[in-house]
Amino acid sequence: MRWPPSDRGTPDPASHQVKPTSMSEEPWIWQCERVIPSRAEEGRRVQEEILHKLQQQNWLERDVFGVRLALEEALVNAIKHGNACDPSKQVRIACRLFRNRLRIEITDQGRGFDPAHVPDPTDPQRIACPCGRGIMLMRNFMSRVEFNELGNQVAMEKTRAGKTWAT
Amino acid sequence: MTAYRHLAINEVDDVAVVHFRNRRIVEDLNIQELGQELFQLVETDQRKKLVLNFSSVDFLSSAALGKLITLDKKVKAHSGALKLCCIRSEIFEVFKITKLDRLFDIRKDEADALAAF
Repeated sequence: MRWPPSDRGTPDPASHQVKPTSMSEEPWIWQCERVIPSRAEEGRRVQEEILHKLQQQNWLERDVFGVRLALEEALVNAIKHGNACDPSKQVRIACRLFRNRLRIEITDQGRGFDPAHVPDPTDPQRIACPCGRGIMLMRNFMSRVEFNELGNQVAMEKTRAGKTWAT
Repeated sequence: MTAYRHLAINEVDDVAVVHFRNRRIVEDLNIQELGQELFQLVETDQRKKLVLNFSSVDFLSSAALGKLITLDKKVKAHSGALKLCCIRSEIFEVFKITKLDRLFDIRKDEADALAAF
């Protein structure tokens, strides 16, 4: 069975384990996988869990800010735009923390979208538009941001800034 | 004068200096209320000169930018002026990346913002 599940039942945890093809075999420090209902506060709880791990690993405040922003934007996109706040739909968050790198995959159960067709929010014609800046911020604050073909999954990576520690 | 749940207002001459009570301004129920309170300042309280002091804000997302843009439009429609100040460097980067540093009049500190009217 593939995630997202096609029915409304609780997904089989074994069905959405992080696949080795999507997460590298590089040794990792910590990982988590959460499937949450489409509610902002649920997303924020997972967000805090991930950020807490970065802080424990002494990531710089600036990097933690960037990851918080990218997570916030990606989760709002998944919950609000992807799943249209439908409480029967879920969001899957898979995260793996390496020594100097963080990888996060966020998948919703929406119809997806084509990121290439998202207009440039800095276009002078659009600068006063109140929406449409989330993806641009994710791309700027993360080292790498990629969407799957359907557009219902985003994979983001952040490489830790500053010194790398020997221990 | 209207009571505000998410904002603290200081009067400096004819300028309303606004501080945020929330440390983080993100997409949730509160941001709708926060937006309404900012708009009330202009539409109900008829404030024409506003300074938004971000010294207590350590995080905001694009949802907050949307509210600020709408506020800016309302202030201009009422022939007023809006200044932003005391924005920490990471948040300023958010404004810079989205080129909103060109849309908003952003000043280093409150004294600079007040002097800019």
